[in-house]
Amino acid sequence: MDKPHVQFIDVEKSYDGETLVVEKLNLDIFSGEFLTILGPSGSGKSTCLSMLAGFETATCGEIKLHGKSINSVAPHKRNFGVVFQNYALFPHMTVFDNLMFPLKVRKIPLADAHKKVHRALEMVWMGGFADRWPSQLSGGQQQRIAVARALVFTPDLILMDEPLGALDRQLREQLQQEIKQIHNELGVTFVYVTHDQNEAMTMSDRVAIFNQGVIQQLATPDSLYECPMNAFVAEFFGTNNRLIGKVLQDNGETCRVELKDGSQVEALAVNIHEAGTRTTLAIRPERVLIQPNRDDCPNVYKVKVKELTYRGDHIRIHTSLCENEDFVVKISNNEKKVNMNPGETVEIGWRVEDCRALDPYCSDSVCPI
Amino acid sequence: MKASQDIPLKAKLRKAESSNTTKSYALILPLGIFLLVFFLVPIASMIYRSVDNPLLAKHLPRTSEALKLWDSSKTPDEKTYATFVAELKAVGEKTSIGRIAARLNYDKGGMRSLVVKTARKLKRVSVNTLPPEGTWKKTLAKIDKRWDQPEYWATIKNAGAPITVGYYLAAVDKKLDINGAVVKVPEHKRIYLAIFWRTVWVSALVTSLCFLFGYPIAFLIARVQKKCVNLLLIMVLLPFWTSLLVRTTAWIVMLQREGVVNDLLIFLRLIDEPIQLIYSSFGVLVAMTHVLLPLMILPVYSVMKNISPDYVHAGLSLGATPWTAFWKIYFPQTLPGVGAGALFVFILTLGYYITPALVGGPQDQMISQFIVYHANHSLNWGLASALGTLLLLGVLSGYGLHNKIAKIDTIKLN
Repeated sequence: MDKPHVQFIDVEKSYDGETLVVEKLNLDIFSGEFLTILGPSGSGKSTCLSMLAGFETATCGEIKLHGKSINSVAPHKRNFGVVFQNYALFPHMTVFDNLMFPLKVRKIPLADAHKKVHRALEMVWMGGFADRWPSQLSGGQQQRIAVARALVFTPDLILMDEPLGALDRQLREQLQQEIKQIHNELGVTFVYVTHDQNEAMTMSDRVAIFNQGVIQQLATPDSLYECPMNAFVAEFFGTNNRLIGKVLQDNGETCRVELKDGSQVEALAVNIHEAGTRTTLAIRPERVLIQPNRDDCPNVYKVKVKELTYRGDHIRIHTSLCENEDFVVKISNNEKKVNMNPGETVEIGWRVEDCRALDPYCSDSVCPI
Repeated sequence: MKASQDIPLKAKLRKAESSNTTKSYALILPLGIFLLVFFLVPIASMIYRSVDNPLLAKHLPRTSEALKLWDSSKTPDEKTYATFVAELKAVGEKTSIGRIAARLNYDKGGMRSLVVKTARKLKRVSVNTLPPEGTWKKTLAKIDKRWDQPEYWATIKNAGAPITVGYYLAAVDKKLDINGAVVKVPEHKRIYLAIFWRTVWVSALVTSLCFLFGYPIAFLIARVQKKCVNLLLIMVLLPFWTSLLVRTTAWIVMLQREGVVNDLLIFLRLIDEPIQLIYSSFGVLVAMTHVLLPLMILPVYSVMKNISPDYVHAGLSLGATPWTAFWKIYFPQTLPGVGAGALFVFILTLGYYITPALVGGPQDQMISQFIVYHANHSLNWGLASALGTLLLLGVLSGYGLHNKIAKIDTIKLN
């Protein structure tokens, strides 16, 4: 791979001098990629973006652009386009003047600037809206204008801080497509912050999952989903069934785990400690098989169907397994689907490759191992 | 969609909402009555008094009537003189004569003594017999030579109408001349226009000072951490909660000749002699700015606190320097607060009375001081009302202007 476009080197950030919001962040962002920083609120993801944009200064560490430190470069000299969640369109200027603003401060000749403004508006399908006031536009339209404003001065990098967070689902999905399309057309590097894992999954080239100021895993969306390296990632990225147990035996590639009720599970040994320590098993709901063939599935259990939810393209079966009161099984709504009713007992199971033994998971910040 | 058959939708809605509407009206009724009795009625009566002129119309109606046709280049005819004498004698009571004399004296100095003297001398004369000097013209001229001068008759003529604009003319340093044309009063008598301008000028100055000092404070309060906000707000409001008189007196203590500020400056050897800080425009500006500062800070702060820092961040990221981002993006968004604050301060300064009276010199008195003077001391209520009405008009036009500007703003901002 070529040289990174942006580098975070051991970056830390603290607001109060006591707790770190971002801890030892090392991250390389490559030219032209769409990198998403995904994490729950308070995970430090927005702070990273603010440091990159220059609104916040890094407490220590270095941020480099094309190999040169930009720690002491003022935000207005960085040439980054930023899109905010609340759009931040200047309410006292028309759409046209909003887009002209970055060009005016750069003293770009007027005729040239007009051309750029119109091109940018066309790019976000808002060509006819130049003379409107921001207050006359809907949320989605305002965000399109905000994107156009961030593009119009051909920035080095485009940063987006939860840009679609305030929009309803349908509009959000449409704008995801549009932003992705713009990225493909322009080939500019995008850094995108969101807490919505669907958004991260559909748009990104790579996703960095943040929690408590630390990158948990940085990978392409498919490998994050298929191969989460820790319990937080498995839980946060996509739906997941979690079983808590104790490592009985580590066989290298696989391991045996004992659940609380005494039953034993064969799982992939991904991120476990020695025998006797706790572990979290992660199984994707669509990988759970109904009435499995015992030959491929060493793990077979009898469970009672508690509830069925119909989701159109698939059906979710809610059961309980061991201590997990909401163990979900997804079955496709196709000709192969099995008819069942709440209260019935069914056999479920999964293959060893689909069950990953990870680190002990807890959602609280204090984590007893 | 059309509502059902017989009853129109509007009537149904009205019926459904009627009990709510009644309740809301009942709730504001006490306030409404209060405002009507103690606010609207006094203002209406003030406006009425500023044009009401019943005295001469009541006591000297025929004289006024006769003077309407009079050619003001010479004295009136004998018949008018006779009518005047008859009516003046008919007034009889001393108090009414005194009031008429005082009323005429508003318009022309010397009228009071002239009328009182004439009435007293005429007591001994009977109207039914021939005039003592052959004609009433000569008789009056004997009592006082001024009755031979047309301008004194013009004063009676001009004061004769039951509804007059005379008080308004006086309030803007104008009067009616003997021909009934509007002219400026002699230069040495012109005061009110200058005082109106001074009032507006001082108000504008105080408003600007409040803006200059208040804006950065509001900006600071909007920026600091949450736990400091309350402390700062209390510090802003503390002077506001102190009695106006106490605050003004405190400024007297601070600024007087042997006061704290002078002593300190002498101690620091910055000056050799005490300088005149109080009983001057400086004292008025300092004290009024201090008194009214919270009224600027609070509306500006309330607007600033709702402006997301993202706007300035967006400006910076788009390449604007911090100053450009402030001036082109942040400042325009605070203008509604600045407008509201400026309106508060300006309107309150226009009517301010106690502070200039206590810490200002004679050259710093504002229009309200003269309204009080005419209402309480000279008892020229007509002039006091006219000055008051003009001040009210000034306030309303300031408010109207602000509303017009604010309307444009809110269209853009919402």
